[in-house]
Amino acid sequence: MSERNNSAWSPSSRELERRKERGRISRRQAIIAAISSVLVLGTLISIAITSPGWAVVRKTFFDVNYGREVLPKVAEGIWINLQLTFIGGACIGVIALALALLRTTKSPALTPFRYLATAYVDIFRGAPLILIILLVGFGVPALGLSGIPSNVIFLGTVAVVLTYSAYVAEVIRSGILSIHPSQRAAARSLGLTSTQTMRYVVLPQAIRRVVPPLLNDFVSLLKDTGLVSILGVTDAVRAAQINASRTFNYTPYVVAAILFLIITIPMTRYTDRAIRQRMSNQNSEGVVV
Amino acid sequence: MSALLELRNIRKSFSTELVLDNLSLEVPEHTATVLIGASGSGKSTLLRCINLLESIDDGEIYLDGQEISDPLVNVDEVRRKLAMVFQSFNLFPHMSVLENIMLAPIKVQGKSKEEARAQGIELLQRFGLSEKFDQYPDRLSGGQQQRVAIIRSLALNPRVLLLDEVTSALDPVLVNEVLSVVRDLKSDGMTMVLATHEMGFATQVADQVCFLQAGNIVERGSPDAVLHNPSHPQTREFLKRLHEAGRL
Repeated sequence: MSERNNSAWSPSSRELERRKERGRISRRQAIIAAISSVLVLGTLISIAITSPGWAVVRKTFFDVNYGREVLPKVAEGIWINLQLTFIGGACIGVIALALALLRTTKSPALTPFRYLATAYVDIFRGAPLILIILLVGFGVPALGLSGIPSNVIFLGTVAVVLTYSAYVAEVIRSGILSIHPSQRAAARSLGLTSTQTMRYVVLPQAIRRVVPPLLNDFVSLLKDTGLVSILGVTDAVRAAQINASRTFNYTPYVVAAILFLIITIPMTRYTDRAIRQRMSNQNSEGVVV
Repeated sequence: MSALLELRNIRKSFSTELVLDNLSLEVPEHTATVLIGASGSGKSTLLRCINLLESIDDGEIYLDGQEISDPLVNVDEVRRKLAMVFQSFNLFPHMSVLENIMLAPIKVQGKSKEEARAQGIELLQRFGLSEKFDQYPDRLSGGQQQRVAIIRSLALNPRVLLLDEVTSALDPVLVNEVLSVVRDLKSDGMTMVLATHEMGFATQVADQVCFLQAGNIVERGSPDAVLHNPSHPQTREFLKRLHEAGRL
């Protein structure tokens, strides 16, 4: 806020001394961190390498040549996982928002839908994803309904969308409930209807607040698309499994894991940063060291 | 002339606690009614009931001869005529100053964006805030935020302005910039009901002062009568305590 001129200032000798002292302290901390890291990592690696089965493990799990050979197949599989994540993610966003709005509405006409939404969330948040995938993947084709594709990729995606919509709906709903009632009161006292209040005042603030947890769910979604492999979808996990069982060498699993990590680690780093930014924006005292 | 806003025998309780007890009040057009009283005496609840943010347990509220406490009344339409400003400003943090002001005229009154914008800029100019139009609320001082909140309410051209302790969250220096806005509105003939702890200010703007105690108006009259020659012992006691606290 201050607009006074800062250019004429030069640090006092005491301040310069303090800066030197701070520099010494942070150098010492860096050295301690480096020594500690080398010790811990070194111990872990040496335990693995000196273990009696290391030679076998290295050949069956970390066979670099075999890894290179299966890489294209596993990478083709992970492309399926990515497609599932983005197409599924878009559907989840729409369904979850509708569920969250239904659960927070007070409109009498929507009362039955409110109960249905609550029941839906309870069921799909409470049941293990792998069961939902099995039930949808094998149950729906058994119904023999015409018009519903029995494609395993489609059914697997439906199962993941069903489950994740329930999770994400709860995140969005918690965001809606976290907006202070005074915001609603201010909007209503200006004559906005309850729908307008939700649309223009509550929801924009709520969504901003839940972006970091939603990013978290997005990372989980990518990983959990690997579960559709049990239906026979040739995703990264399935591609690795096929190659591993062909040769009894498990390196393809490690390749698949590395591919997942290459995608998820940057995403989780980004999420952490978004959360930190949100925190430092919210309290002006900043982060206490 | 009949009153623009009239309250008859209002009763309001929160579970077992009686907050407004058979309270009646008339607010003639172009006048300012100041509500004073200790915290918890029912001032804020009274304002929230008038704005239909709380439903009353008994009694009637009339605005311009229409009973607005009728459950069949369209509350959104009523609230367009009754603007409320809150102690904690309640600006929308995700919108700029101008967007805060334009929201209701566009969405509620159906004005065009250009029209709402021109009106918003004009109001901001009038209250000396025009250079802040594209700032977000968290970049403004408390006094500026509260002035924007008042402007936001004025953009709907309300018949009555309800001000709920609009200076209580501000430091003494900022209080004045908000009060001068209220003084301007008073001289423009705006009908207002204010809850306040600023007694000096009450003397300046009030046409009538009501002293509330335990949900009822104990004493009501001109500012001079109520604040300087109170007839009721409870009013005298309240003013004495304010005086001891250095607030008078």
